[in-house]
Amino acid sequence: MSTRRRPPAPDPLDFLSVDSSLSPEETDVRDTVRAFCRRELLPDIADWFEAGTIPDPRGLARAVGGLGLFGMHLEGYGCAGTSAVAYGLACRELEAVDSGLRSFVSVQGSLAMAAIHMYGSEEQKTRWLPPMAAGELIGCFGLTEPDSGSDPGSMRTRARRDGPDWVLDGTKTWITNGSIADAAVVWAATDDGVRGFVVPAGTPGFTANVIHRKLSLRASVTSELVLDGVRLPESARLPLAEGLGAPLSCLNEARYGILWGAVGAARACYEAALSYAATREQFGRPIAAFQLTQRKLAEMVVDVNHASLTALHLGRLKDAGACHHNQVSFGKFSNVAAAQRVAAKARSLHGANGITLEYPVLRHMLNLETVATYEGTEEIHMLSVGQAVTGVSAFR
Amino acid sequence: MNIVVLVKQVPDTATERKLDPADSTVDRAASDGVINELDEYAIEEALLLKEKHGGEVTILSAGPDQATDSIRKALSMGADKAVHLNDAALHGSDALQTAYALAQALGTVEYDLVILGSESTDARTGVVGAALAEYLGLPQLTLANKVDIDGTSVRIQRQTDEGYDVVEATLPAVVSVVEKINEPRYPSFKLIMAAKKKPVAKLGAADAGIDTARVGLANATTEVVDFAAAPPRAAGTVVKDEGNGGVQIADYLAAKKFL
Repeated sequence: MSTRRRPPAPDPLDFLSVDSSLSPEETDVRDTVRAFCRRELLPDIADWFEAGTIPDPRGLARAVGGLGLFGMHLEGYGCAGTSAVAYGLACRELEAVDSGLRSFVSVQGSLAMAAIHMYGSEEQKTRWLPPMAAGELIGCFGLTEPDSGSDPGSMRTRARRDGPDWVLDGTKTWITNGSIADAAVVWAATDDGVRGFVVPAGTPGFTANVIHRKLSLRASVTSELVLDGVRLPESARLPLAEGLGAPLSCLNEARYGILWGAVGAARACYEAALSYAATREQFGRPIAAFQLTQRKLAEMVVDVNHASLTALHLGRLKDAGACHHNQVSFGKFSNVAAAQRVAAKARSLHGANGITLEYPVLRHMLNLETVATYEGTEEIHMLSVGQAVTGVSAFR
Repeated sequence: MNIVVLVKQVPDTATERKLDPADSTVDRAASDGVINELDEYAIEEALLLKEKHGGEVTILSAGPDQATDSIRKALSMGADKAVHLNDAALHGSDALQTAYALAQALGTVEYDLVILGSESTDARTGVVGAALAEYLGLPQLTLANKVDIDGTSVRIQRQTDEGYDVVEATLPAVVSVVEKINEPRYPSFKLIMAAKKKPVAKLGAADAGIDTARVGLANATTEVVDFAAAPPRAAGTVVKDEGNGGVQIADYLAAKKFL
């Protein structure tokens, strides 16, 4: 007789055992971020969202920097040098709390720091990266403009030479961490194409204004940057960044974090729905016992696990140096769309309770509107995939 | 100042914990293993002392293969190296036998101070520290909520119900800590990446000079005779406020010795 043991029943919270293939270090990173989120972030997040801000961004930055989260997948300069999968897991766990918190980390690590890491001079890297990694300094990234969103090549911000210096004029908008940043990586058009600059906060002519009245990503500081004759030395220019490809490559890094983060938001909504369905009783039994509820839960499980598998697979490709930006586009739009479906179902499953901040579902649902839009809209990523499979560009 | 921290892997208190009906030992397959919570405070205290006085922090853990996960976590908090005592002969050892085995394993390490959590969340006997000190012939300072080292001696605040006692001993000594002592740090990602490169000495019973006739379930000095699932939680007490609600709550808390 064979004594073959039956495989264990699936874990409702990791149905396809996606995390079973993680390395010990990756598991440790996941557990550390999860514990940090549970103790330090989750108890306050609804209040921050309601208040429409992060009340102590410096304190949060130092705590996050203390873990080594900022630029964790970068090498050297005080960065931890983890795998891309470990970075993704951190984004997943953060966004399971709130997309605004993942954005806080993404912008610092994948946009500001990655830009300096990839395109900066040795002096710029030494000056900015270690304190940014430690969370002592906060960085932001200015590409989008009021009239230049999906088409960043149409940017109006100009950098012109004036003797040995550069003078920058223009406006950037939807800049996460803009008004709390110590330095902004700003992209501007020059006679030779797009160039990047590190603008220290406090440079004359540089101002950052908070954007108010957001209904999404409220636990996040979003700003407009105004550059009015900002004079910078040549040493502030990122010497290796030539053309629009440079900022787009940074966005590709950030999108990679988003495709993982969306899995976290989706999982949090699904977990909330599962728990609510088990305890909410109507007609004398838990609503989990109703077929329509089970259908919703089953569809959520499928969406969460598909997104999770996509993220892990792209992470493994990225660690092997084989993840193309079109594949990141695939992951960004498909995982965010999956998270939006899960959030909407979880919201409806919570009934009236689902519209309050007592439950996380509407907060996630609203956040995901931003996540679906920033770092490349769903439409742009679809067109990117469309171009990749047909060989024909539909948008430029 | 070389410090050894004793770390035990226990079933996660956040999950349903079970005993194995076959031999009444902890069913380690039934839930995830985590570092015993109080041991995290012990690790933190050792790291703080190291930051102040220099030296090395060594983790000593007795447990099966999966205890490597907890050892790795202790290393990723900042400990320098580890000793993993792992032998099938140790399975089912009770608190006294564990203390004996740990004392033997400590013979392979140089140390000035041994720190451990005052009890584990699984068996909760709270005697390993005291028994270990006895086996080692060292002074024991238990239930510390503050530890200071001064060259050749260690002074602690021993937490009591009323306040604390100040207790002092010469080094080397065994100190057990309570959770009021500090706030354990999170592992940092840099240390997580470095943890796999840190040395972990693997010891069997023979390597530590452990007499296998003195350890294991068959030779245990205590025996789990029976066990039963905890009864379902009883309904709470509802205090109806008829002008004296505060007094009723205070009386209730006082009766439970919370006040």
